Amino acid sequence: MTVPTLDIVDLKTHFFTRDGVAKAVDGVSLHVMPGEILGIVGESGSGKTVTGFSIMGLVDPPGRIVSGSIKFKGEELVGAPPERWRQIRGHRIAMVFQDPMMTLNPVLKVGTQITEAILAHEKVDGGEARRRARESLVAVGIPSPDERLEAYPHQLSGGMRQRVAIAIALVNKPDLIIADEPTTALDVTIQGQILAEVQALAKRTGTALVWITHDLGVVAGLSDRIAVMYGGRVVEQGPTDDVLERPYHQYTVGLLGSLPTRNKRGERLVQIPGMAPSLLKLPVGCAFQARCPRADIACAVEPPVVRPTPSREHRCAHPHVPVMRAAE
Amino acid sequence: MTDTAAPPHDLVTAVQPTTAKDKAETPFRRFVSEFLEDRVAVGALILLLAIVTLAIIAPWITPQNPYDLAQVDIMDSRRPPGTTSMEGYTFILGSDGAGRDLYSAIIYGLRISLSVGVLSGLIALAIGASVGLIAAYVGGRTETIIMRIVDLQLSLPSILVALILVAMLGKGVDKIILALVIVQWAYYARTVRGSALVERRKEYVEAATCLGLSHSRIVFRHILPNCMAPLIVVGTVQTAHAIALEATLSFLGVGLPQTEPSLGVLISNGFQYMLSGRYWISFFPGVALLLTIVAINLVGDRLRDVLNPRLKR
Repeated sequence: MTVPTLDIVDLKTHFFTRDGVAKAVDGVSLHVMPGEILGIVGESGSGKTVTGFSIMGLVDPPGRIVSGSIKFKGEELVGAPPERWRQIRGHRIAMVFQDPMMTLNPVLKVGTQITEAILAHEKVDGGEARRRARESLVAVGIPSPDERLEAYPHQLSGGMRQRVAIAIALVNKPDLIIADEPTTALDVTIQGQILAEVQALAKRTGTALVWITHDLGVVAGLSDRIAVMYGGRVVEQGPTDDVLERPYHQYTVGLLGSLPTRNKRGERLVQIPGMAPSLLKLPVGCAFQARCPRADIACAVEPPVVRPTPSREHRCAHPHVPVMRAAE
Repeated sequence: MTDTAAPPHDLVTAVQPTTAKDKAETPFRRFVSEFLEDRVAVGALILLLAIVTLAIIAPWITPQNPYDLAQVDIMDSRRPPGTTSMEGYTFILGSDGAGRDLYSAIIYGLRISLSVGVLSGLIALAIGASVGLIAAYVGGRTETIIMRIVDLQLSLPSILVALILVAMLGKGVDKIILALVIVQWAYYARTVRGSALVERRKEYVEAATCLGLSHSRIVFRHILPNCMAPLIVVGTVQTAHAIALEATLSFLGVGLPQTEPSLGVLISNGFQYMLSGRYWISFFPGVALLLTIVAINLVGDRLRDVLNPRLKR
């Protein structure tokens, strides 16, 4: 069996604030295989972004990784020296951020910013770096790349800038790309194009991809597997189609139900009652119990990870029983 | 929303046209054309360039080298403008108490004043910007200590500090530059720290960190260029300030020696004759100093308007 590109076991990243300990990531276990796309879905404050930053080793004080393990191609990263992190960052693991308006340096040319990423990790001459930068722009579907290398970010449209950001992430041919809501700030049409291209790129290059989003619709079409996060935990995980069709956890059921496309015109939109709990005051046991119609006394203890099938797992004391169709 | 994974579009047609209107429109050209929109600033810039040119080509346009005592005749002292000298040339602006041609002395004085101002400004900028950037980037106790030193420095009147330093160090161009650097670096440090603190929290710095770039590369390559706009403005204003400060020190008699007259020394020399009607000895160097400082400040003001992102159209 191949070594997973990323293997996270029981990761806990806590923020020690004046008001108490915020358990942003509280016992997350994930794994991504080479060439696989994992979608992490969750609402704001569910810990999905902090999970991404933990993988990059960029959790700033007052936060820190309390316990758990992050194995990157078999190498343990938790507790690795800063210099090792720096070597991996941008080289083997790359990141794409949400807002392409903000993540490109406004005073540096696009070409400079891409070659910078190469030169930080490899000793190559300027011509070679430039050639690879150009190649990378072509790979993300940017027309007339030579002109774009000389352009400044403000001369490009939002979609184009996000392509540049993805090109920067791709230029060192990383094993893993973490994309933190990279299409949220874009028009829906551009979003569709970029998703399709990224999917094709991941398959072609064998790069593993972690796609963090709050939009179930995005991961539905993109990812191979889904991890649903709530209150700092992965509440449900499994192959995308499987999870979408037969969700176990009530939160996943709620998320699916509140997709506008599932409603008929004129009907009230379905919503999950209540609000996401503050990470400072998570209830004991299941974090979702206050909003869950099925919650009872059993939910007051931390639900263990249940694996109903080899590929699926969930953390719910009262899982939805899969509706078996007659044909199956 | 589930249809976001629609079949891939044809890439070339799907890509949006860029907003770049014109390939030739680089940020620098845009900056120049914006700067030139203001007539007063253009006038000030032309004047400043003229002053700088005069200072550079001084030996070829002046009838006398005021530093060469052999060319200075004491018999020519305090001649009013328009008098013919013993050597045969005309004192266009008169002569001073030592018999120096004031026109030549002013042009040579501009040389000294400008070079002292620009040199001290550049050195102070390099030191101040580095210190300010480090303070903003490192943060914590280092930042506190650096910024308290800056506050201390800025709380003392610069003329007083410069006066004490020059009195201790002695006369000479190098010493006055050192004194001016010491009183000025803190302005640059504070300016650059202010904008670096803002820049440091921007996402592109985080993105640069995610690329695995080294700290020095992030600071000097990514953060510093984004702090250049306020630095350039402060730099121009501070250069004008340095020139005025040097003139003040020289006027008070602690700046540059009599043998290398800067504008301040010339004004100081003529000051005693002001009430006896020999106005020109102080007046013309004073006008030259005034024009230089006003020109630099006007250019600096325009730079501030053009470089200020909030006033961008």
